[in-house]
Formats: sequence, structure tokens, C-alpha cells
Amino acid sequence: MDKILVGLKRVVDYNVRVQVKSDGSGVETDGVKMSINPFDEIALEEALRIRERGDASEVIVVSIGTAEAQQQLRTGLAMGADRAILVETSDAIDALSGARVFKEIVDREGADMVILGKQAIDDDNSQTGQMLAAIWGRPQATFASEVVLDGDKAKVTREVDVGLETIEIDLPAVITVDLRLNEPRYVKLPDIMKAKKKPLDQIPLGDLGVTPGPAVNAVEFAPPEARQRGITVDDVAGLVSALKDKGLV
Amino acid sequence: MSKVLVIAEHDGAALNPSTAKCVACATTIDGAKIDIVVLGASVSGVASEAAGISPVARVLTVERAENEHAIAAVFAPQVAALADDYDYVFGPSTAFGKDLMPRVAALLGVNQVSDIMSVEGSHKFKRPIYAGNAIVTVEAPGDSKVVATVRTASYQAADGGNSAPIESTDVNVELPTHTRFVELQAGQSDRPDLQTASKVVSGGRALASEENFEMIFKLADTIGAGVGSSRAAVDAGYIAPETQVGQTGQIIAPDLYIAIGISGAIQHLTGIKDAGTIVAINKDEEAPIFEVADIGLVGDLFQIVPELTDALS
Ligand SMILES: Cc1cc2nc3c(=O)[nH]c(=O)nc-3n(C[C@H](O)[C@H](O)[C@H](O)COP(=O)(O)OP(=O)(O)OC[C@H]3O[C@@H](n4cnc5c(N)ncnc54)[C@H](O)[C@@H]3O)c2cc1C
Ligand SMILES: Nc1ncnc2c1ncn2[C@@H]1O[C@H](COP(=O)(O)O)[C@@H](O)[C@H]1O
Repeated sequence: MDKILVGLKRVVDYNVRVQVKSDGSGVETDGVKMSINPFDEIALEEALRIRERGDASEVIVVSIGTAEAQQQLRTGLAMGADRAILVETSDAIDALSGARVFKEIVDREGADMVILGKQAIDDDNSQTGQMLAAIWGRPQATFASEVVLDGDKAKVTREVDVGLETIEIDLPAVITVDLRLNEPRYVKLPDIMKAKKKPLDQIPLGDLGVTPGPAVNAVEFAPPEARQRGITVDDVAGLVSALKDKGLV
Repeated sequence: MSKVLVIAEHDGAALNPSTAKCVACATTIDGAKIDIVVLGASVSGVASEAAGISPVARVLTVERAENEHAIAAVFAPQVAALADDYDYVFGPSTAFGKDLMPRVAALLGVNQVSDIMSVEGSHKFKRPIYAGNAIVTVEAPGDSKVVATVRTASYQAADGGNSAPIESTDVNVELPTHTRFVELQAGQSDRPDLQTASKVVSGGRALASEENFEMIFKLADTIGAGVGSSRAAVDAGYIAPETQVGQTGQIIAPDLYIAIGISGAIQHLTGIKDAGTIVAINKDEEAPIFEVADIGLVGDLFQIVPELTDALS
């Protein structure tokens, strides 16, 4: 296999307790720590392992977003990606347009595999990979917890609600990754220095011929209904009687 | 009139309860006329189950050998073709629906509305984002079809008692062969399914070993509960992945949820916010799980759980 594309989305770090702005116009992102979407780190780790086994020659990380996403791409390069592409846009992009962007880059690069996260932890959409596979007319193996390559085929084990499903797909294909696929490597300081010299192309969204929309537009943001802290019981007897009071046991 | 097509989820033998929940969501659309489509190799049993759901107008069946397993790349073109006659196409936000529906949406050239929690208008919906830390009201374009997944924990299954007509249809589309089913390793368990269980007992990292998880099973069996877990417990190999509750696991809404040795990370809490009563057992009184627990008990689980199991036997 020649090239693997990996999506790296810049998102609010998973440890941040996200707050909705008081005017309901969005969530607070000012001064908030931003990171690579955790699933995308796993996607990149998998691509790197495939390359390190000699089953691919190049790993290209791709982000769609503002110029600030260069930070996340540099981290991806420090992890070991060969090249980065930033598709620059100031607006949030809808999933279908995101998929079209990936399709355009697949065509330009002649990629054989695209590995994405199973979901972005900001919009929690879980759409982009499936949509890319649809418009590309290629297989999708979503929620992957194991990927075994075999020439121009791959066996992928998927985390489904009742257990683990294994499917076989022909390449090229799209894989979206679940948490247990691998544990991403840590970035070492010398790698960060090396990453500064690796190529990072910036392409304005408009140059790809993708016009966003028709989007599902956010109208209003609100905090979730809060659950109240209840009672504390002292011992098992107290717990049993509280459960009995509620008719639960 | 608003024509809604619900994609049935099933395993060839039985209809998944997520289907009746999608129907429940669809009934909240003004003037909804709801059909269910069952794709499979041989689906007469599943179809009659679907026909029992109220107020379904019609059940369509698409039977062909290629549909034996729910392969998204195989189902999607068929669903997209059937969608011609509908304004809305709904599937559950289970692994099945999350895999299939975005592929359908892309074939129809629209974005998907993921995880509908409530219908606010003909094209307006509420859905959770940021692991449930924010609820956003979204509006889909008024002039195009709505393809959506329904957050099953937000809905009670629609009632039965119906006997909708069942019609078999042919969908003439070419199906890809690039994706092939190999096997399914289903967790063998006689315990209630997490999605439908009225009680769930969950264990976290604190259980510290696979053997200790027996304690959780014993308590669960004593009260007829399903068994859940945190990601940390699954990652450590104490219990099977399909039991994970949370943002990236199962989103559930049992009447009673007992969290044992689970800290209450936001990614876990998002999976249980619709639970009736949350009980937390944790030795750290500062654990975030207590902020959402209806009943909290601070202490060592290795002492409390056997005692509780005895008391409830
Ligand atoms: C993208 C992403 C998605 C995620 N999705 C999920 C998800 O879907 N579900 C999920 O659960 N997590 C998820 N996580 C992980 C989550 O952030 C937490 O790491 C995880 O939930 C912690 O599991 P835990 O509570 O079992 O472990 P810990 O946080 O280690 O908590 C263990 C708890 O046990 C208590 N304890 C220890 N010993 C005892 C004892 N003897 N008796 C009583 N109590 C004791 C401790 O006080 C502590 O509170 C996700 C993380 C990321 C980044
Ligand atoms: N703006 C983006 N930049 C890079 N990758 C993205 C972007 N949006 C989505 N992706 C990829 O698609 C996956 C699923 O995203 P989503 O469909 O938004 O949940 C993410 O985990 C990324 O791998």
C-alpha cells in the first residue's frame, strides 16, 4: 500500500468541562485547552504501525479548520506522520462537506486507505468516515478494535452492541477507530524538533472546489438538565431501606 | 403529511427494541405517517413483530440473500432508493444505526441529524454534543429529506397492539461485494440486555481484577440486573467491551443504576443521565459520581458489595 490519510480534528481537550455561553450562542472556547480529537490519535497510531511494519510507504495527516489546527498537525508530525495538509476554513464545516474534502484529497494523493476517528468529541456526530466511504463508493469498517492487513484486503474487528463483529474489506477503504484499537505513543522532544522541518501544506477550502452545505445548523445551545445530588446513607442497611422506599428492590 | 421511514434493527430472529423507540420519536413529528422497513435474508418473524408496533402504517420487507448480515455498504443503497417516497428516514443511534445512517445520508446528499433527543418542529431537533455537556437545537434544511439517528435512551418504546399490513418489496439497485461479513462473537450472557434492563449494576477500575468482577455479577443476578462497566474496567481486561457505559459505549436509561468503584468521569456520566435512580458506592467521598447520585454510600466496595448482596438475597 502506498499512502494512508489520517484525519486530525482540533477539538476542546477531553478533560475540559465544557460550558455553554450564557447567551446560548455556543460553548466557551476562549482560553480553553485544545487537542487532537482522542480517537484521531488512535487513528494516527494505527497508520504509523502499518507503515512501520512496511505495509504502507507514507502517512499523511489532514485537518480541516483554522490556521490554529497547524498545532495539532505538528503534533501528528512529531508522532511520526510524514506530511501534513491543512484545509483552511474559518467556518465550522459540516460532516458531508468534510467527507467531500477528504474525497478530494484521496483523489489528489491517490490514497489507499483513510483512517478516521469514530467520532469527534465536540460535535459527537460520528458521520464523516461513513459519508466518505459512501461518496467514494468504497468499504467502511467503523468502530474498529483490530485491523489485520492481508495484501489488498483487510480483516477488521468492530465493536458493536452485542460484542465483536469481524468483516473483510477490499482496499481502498475507510476505517474509523474505537478506543481499544491501540494506545497512541507519546511524543518525544527531539521528534518535536524534527517535525518542524516536515512539510505542512495549507490549502484554502475554496481551492478544493467544495462548497459547504446544506448544513444542519445550530440554532441554540443550552446546558443539560442537571441532576441533583441526592442523599448519603451511612451503611448497607441504610442503602437497602432507601431502595425499598423507592420500590426498586 | 410527513412520511417517515424507520429502518428496523434486528438479528434475523428478533426485532431490537431500538426500533420501537425510533417509532416513538417519529410519532412526535406533526402528521407523521410511519412505515418500517425490514431488510434481511428471511424476515417474516421480525416483520410481524414490527407490524405490532403502534401506530405503524405499513411494514416493508426487502428480502435477499445479500441482506443476511447488516453490512452498511450493502444496506445503504437500498435504503437510499426506498427513501424516495419519504420525508424522514430514521434509524437508532446504536452501533447498527450509527454505521448505516450516515452512509444513507451521504447517498442522499444531506447531512445527518445525530442522536435526536426531542423533536422541536418539522425540521428542528435537540441533540447532545460535547459528551452531553451541551444540548444544541439544530435545524435541518427545510427543503430536503431529514436523515437522523434517534437517541434511544430518550424514548420509551412505542406501544404494541397494532397489526399493520406487511408488504414485500424489491429494490433494484446494484449491491457492492467489497465488504463481507466474517463472524460475530456475541457476548454469551443470560443477563438482561443493557438497553432494556430496568436495573443495571456497573463496576469500575476499582474492582482491580476479572475475578473480583464476579462480585458485580453476583449482585446483579440477585436483583435481576444487567451488568455494565466503565472504560477503565474494560481497558484493563476485567470485563467485555460491549458492557461499557458512556459516551463511547452504551447510553442507557434503566430505572436503577448502581455504580460501584466508578469515579464518574463526564464520559461515563453521559451514558446514564437518563437513569431513574443512580446509586454510587465509592470509597472517595469527593468522587464526582456523588454529584449526580440519588443515593450515595461512601466506603470500601469489597466490604459493601458482598454485604449488600446478602441483604438483598
Ligand atoms: C474520548 C474518550 C471517551 C471515553 N468514553 C468513555 C465511556 O464511554 N465510558 C467510560 O466509562 N469512560 C470513558 N472514557 C474514560 C473516562 O474518562 C474515565 O477514564 C473512566 O470512566 C474511568 O473509569 P473508572 O471510573 O472505572 O476509573 P477511575 O477513574 O480510576 O475510578 C475508580 C474509582 O474507584 C474508587 N475506588 C477505588 N478503590 C475502591 C474501593 N475499594 N471501594 C470503593 N471505591 C473504590 C476510586 O475512589 C475512584 O473513584 C473516555 C475517555 C475518552 C478520552
Ligand atoms: N475538521 C476535521 N478535520 C480533520 N478531521 C476531521 C474533521 N472533522 C471530522 N474529521 C474526522 O472524522 C472523524 C469523525 O468526525 P465526526 O463525523 O464529526 O464525528 C474524526 O474523528 C476525524 O478523524
